[in-house]
Amino acid sequence: MTTAVAILVDGSIYSSWLFLVALGLTLTFGVMRILNVAHGNFYAVGAYAAASAVGAYFASGWFASGVYLAMAGAAAVAGLVLGYVLERGVLRFMYGRDEVIILLVTYAVFLILDDLMLLLWGANSYDAYQPDVLLGTTTIDSLPYPNYDLSLIATAAIIGLLLFWTLNRTRRGKMLLAVIHDREMSTFLGIDVARVFTVTFTLGTLLGALGGALTAPIISVQPGIGAEVIVLAFAVVAIGGMGSIAGALAGSLAAGFAHAAAVHLFPQGALFMIYALMCLVLILRPQGLFGRPAPRKI
Amino acid sequence: MCRRTLRTVLAATARSAVVACVAASLAGPAWAAGTVKIGFVTFLSGPAAGPFGIPSENAANLVIDAINKGSLPAPYHKKGLAGAKIEPVFIDESGSTTQVVENFRNLVQQRHVDAVVGYVSSGSCLAVAPVAEQLKALTVFFDCGTPRIFEDHAYHYVFRTAATATMDNVGAARYLAKEYPQAKTYAGINQNYAWGQDSWRDFNASMKAIEPGSKATAVLWPKLFSGQYGSEISTLLIQKQAVVYSSLWGGDLTAFLEQAAARNLPKLSRFVLTTGETHMFTFAKHVPDGSILGARGPYGVYARKTRLNNWFRAAYEKRFGAAPIYPSYHMAQAILGLKAAYDKGERNARMFPSQADVIKALTHLKYAGFGDRVDMALGKGHQAVTAMALGTYEYNAKTRKPEMTKVVYFAPWCVNPPPGVKAAAWIAGGFKGAKCR
Repeated sequence: MTTAVAILVDGSIYSSWLFLVALGLTLTFGVMRILNVAHGNFYAVGAYAAASAVGAYFASGWFASGVYLAMAGAAAVAGLVLGYVLERGVLRFMYGRDEVIILLVTYAVFLILDDLMLLLWGANSYDAYQPDVLLGTTTIDSLPYPNYDLSLIATAAIIGLLLFWTLNRTRRGKMLLAVIHDREMSTFLGIDVARVFTVTFTLGTLLGALGGALTAPIISVQPGIGAEVIVLAFAVVAIGGMGSIAGALAGSLAAGFAHAAAVHLFPQGALFMIYALMCLVLILRPQGLFGRPAPRKI
Repeated sequence: MCRRTLRTVLAATARSAVVACVAASLAGPAWAAGTVKIGFVTFLSGPAAGPFGIPSENAANLVIDAINKGSLPAPYHKKGLAGAKIEPVFIDESGSTTQVVENFRNLVQQRHVDAVVGYVSSGSCLAVAPVAEQLKALTVFFDCGTPRIFEDHAYHYVFRTAATATMDNVGAARYLAKEYPQAKTYAGINQNYAWGQDSWRDFNASMKAIEPGSKATAVLWPKLFSGQYGSEISTLLIQKQAVVYSSLWGGDLTAFLEQAAARNLPKLSRFVLTTGETHMFTFAKHVPDGSILGARGPYGVYARKTRLNNWFRAAYEKRFGAAPIYPSYHMAQAILGLKAAYDKGERNARMFPSQADVIKALTHLKYAGFGDRVDMALGKGHQAVTAMALGTYEYNAKTRKPEMTKVVYFAPWCVNPPPGVKAAAWIAGGFKGAKCR
């Protein structure tokens, strides 16, 4: 019984984290058709910004609970600036080119950001555990869980719902959905697609950075975390369907629970479980669980 | 006429040759002014840079400078490698195994290094060893731990100056039996690649051999650099084992310790951390009291107070503002091995040693390292054995300093298999031939 509960709780926490990490990636792909390899480093920048903010905040001696605001604020600023600068400074010159060229450009950005982070934060790992400890623990069926980890479930749900509401209930969101469905038709209807691209890419970067910031208190923030995350995020997005928000949710849940179940029941298989699931989905449904087959325009 | 001219030319050439030889012999060894170009490969970026790459790079720079200046303590006080300055070329170990091998080829074939010292990752060592052999490139592995390298193959150009992971794990099991004999149940959490797999294999087998009644309750295999261990920690909490064994390293170890502490796992189980020494100063508050920490030999906090070690610690702390940890010792030990081999090769050959002379000198070499004596006794003289040390960690709240208690040193032949015997077979056979006194 305890194992079943543990799989449920561990799976939920891990799925929430995967969703936070994959959301920005799938949004960027959905709107801009950009397979953004640099997304992993937006996560890393957010994690580093949050870790630095946590350190500076506790050094200042201010009231402890304010640290969550400091973390989120630092990551948001880093994500917004980085996203806007990259879109305006690099990516807008690449629109209309082959998707493979843009993929290579984002890979170049990934490598540059990796070195920049090494330059700014050095090779040693950063520790930002205080926000995790501060909230205490809750015991579920005799197993203690940090409330911070449990709060990730709520945070992912809020961010997901907020995004869903923005996309489906606001004018700008509907314009964004229109671009996802048909870029050319949206242009003919008067939507400023270039502006939508800027907003989307910046929003995607912000989501990546927030994902990193929320993870910083439970991991060791160190060089290379971006590369690890991007592989997982791609797997989640491939399972759910590229460019689909609902797909990101489904992919996160499938991958998260598969991972948790594997660790508890078949630890030797934990390493490849998510990728095995991805292969299975791609064999049965190449466009992913929620992806739409794209007709070729002639 | 022609014959006379030819005789004159020959005589003049012979005279010149004799004069040149005499001049050369009077001027001393002609090779002394040269340089030995050495490629150093370690993690300069990525998750392993902080805990392994940078400390080992720092140690390399420190020892290279001292060798080139001739400022090392005896017996390494003579300048250079057989009188020749070391010209280092540092490259990054990060990247896929294919990239690592490609970079190794570039070092040897494009940059024409005389030797390569490198590799933290067991995966890198396993991939590079056959290529080094193929390229006939003298290669010294300084840190990687998998015992498979010299157990499965015989190499002529490849050496390893650090002991294998077998020593860490046999030592850990012996330490548990000696200091905490009541701990009969244990679980393992190790990264799912060569290092983690070999470490667990040796520890688990050693526990079964030393404590026949002991039982492994869970065996967990997180991905390398996974960073999140929620499900693994839940499993360990459910199993309630007395000991949690782990060979996790770097950021993975930091993350595991933080997440385990947040869920009170250290209150339930004693941790055995074979690379724990790397964390005892930088993450002092995260290492649970009562944890058993390894340093992959008698290094770092376990290094004995010798003249060599006193110099190394003081010089390292002065230059880098931090205490050297075991990867620093491993790198320094590899460079000392090369120096000892070059100097010995020079003495044997009575000239600047060729690659063959250096290889001959390094094979079966016994030399003093900064942490302990090194004996190239395994792998037909290509694989080192050293002593092993372990202790129990306590954070002293009064002094605000971490301390090691119950420190135990194991003799080299107590924790390493005899020559020609594979580690797994040696452990399964009940450590036949082990010399523990």
